[in-house]
Amino acid sequence: MNILSENLGLLLQALGTTVMMTVVAGIGSLILGVLVTVARVSPIPILRAAAFCYVQFFINVPLLALLLLAVFALPDAGLIMPLTPTAIIVLTVYEAAYVAEAVRSGVNTVAVGQVEAGRALGLSLGQSMRLVVIPQALRAVVQPLGNVMIALAMNTALAAVVGVVELTSRVNKVNLVYAQPIEIFTAAGLVYMAIALAIGLAAGRVERKVAIVR
Amino acid sequence: MGTRATDEATDATQERDHTAAARTGTAMVGLESVNKHFGDLHVLKDISLEVQPREVVVVVGPSGSGKSTLCRAINRLETIDSGEIRIDGKKLPEEGAALADLRADVGMVFQSFNLFAHRTVLDNLTLAPTRVRKTKRAVAEAEAMALLDRVGIAGKAHHLPAQLSGGQQQRAAIARALAMHPKVMLFDEPTSALDPEMVGEVLEVMVSLASEGMTMIVVTHEMGFARRAADRVVFMDAGQIVEQNTPAEFFDSPQTERARSFLASVLPH
Repeated sequence: MNILSENLGLLLQALGTTVMMTVVAGIGSLILGVLVTVARVSPIPILRAAAFCYVQFFINVPLLALLLLAVFALPDAGLIMPLTPTAIIVLTVYEAAYVAEAVRSGVNTVAVGQVEAGRALGLSLGQSMRLVVIPQALRAVVQPLGNVMIALAMNTALAAVVGVVELTSRVNKVNLVYAQPIEIFTAAGLVYMAIALAIGLAAGRVERKVAIVR
Repeated sequence: MGTRATDEATDATQERDHTAAARTGTAMVGLESVNKHFGDLHVLKDISLEVQPREVVVVVGPSGSGKSTLCRAINRLETIDSGEIRIDGKKLPEEGAALADLRADVGMVFQSFNLFAHRTVLDNLTLAPTRVRKTKRAVAEAEAMALLDRVGIAGKAHHLPAQLSGGQQQRAAIARALAMHPKVMLFDEPTSALDPEMVGEVLEVMVSLASEGMTMIVVTHEMGFARRAADRVVFMDAGQIVEQNTPAEFFDSPQTERARSFLASVLPH
């Protein structure tokens, strides 16, 4: 356990990076994902098509390929950004596709009559979406969204491949010095499990709180 | 009642009985030669109908006669294929801001209540006034409480819809529509989804609304309500207005065979 305490500062810093990436990309993907869903269920054909293509693209391309593309190909095209923000943006747009799919299944649970009631009262289509449909859709998919967030937290480890020093990258570096893989990687694994557990429990609490009684 | 309309709707299928005022363009709701198809099904066949301010028109007829579609077409929840619908003199616009404005003036009560499931009863009543009319929240809430009190469920203001009985939900839905100060109220089978013991409390609210002079179009199977509150009964069958008359005339001496057989099938119950 020496190895952990001796590197505690560095490891905590790396854990901080992992958590920060999860939180920022998590919030970003929730917002972007909901917007994609709204486009997907809107009455405007071109928006629907664009949202469909967006979801299909990101669900059908591996995240690692996207990360490599963003980190190595975009600078070639003249777009240079710091590593960590690049990885966060890629995680955000990638997970947003999964958020959009989850929220869309939630939209399907909202009765048509809810929209009709909104429209009959004079709400615009946008207001009906914002005030009636999306709030109900989100309440129906808290647990699936929690799973997307857990996947996101695990997927931050892929950023290690493109040079972001988050938890996986840091333990790998520490192991290269100490050569005690069992201790160090087991510890890292337990930390990831704790993150997943925390997200799962939080989702459960939120779900109980906002669930719609019908 | 009494002036026979001859100059406009020339189709011989309809028997009409209009006030002269209806001809002068002062109708609150006017439908002219409205047609609608669902695929091959011709659900509204050349419907013309005018409803005067303060008039209560009850639309009856067998299932599938098109009466619900007619009701929903009036605020464009169903689009029509041809013809014209006017509300307070204004032609029903295409989808967009103008249509939303017009819908705000038309109250609608649905068979399945359709209260917003994630909001309290009070929030259901204040949502449209604050968002569409831009009424201040405090004002909207005070008004909402008064309306809830009027329909007898002020004690349920902070409950969610699912915590209310069907009758209470429908009374809340009526109050929600009234909160927008509508010029006309549409009721699409408002008691059809209710347990029998709850029908009375909803009809009571509707009767009091009618007696206060609200312009109402009510699609219903409640013949008792039609007798009590209607100024005019419109009988529809197979997408057409077959007969319309005062409730007393319609129920006591129906003019058409179709109306007679319809009444024979519903009245004993």
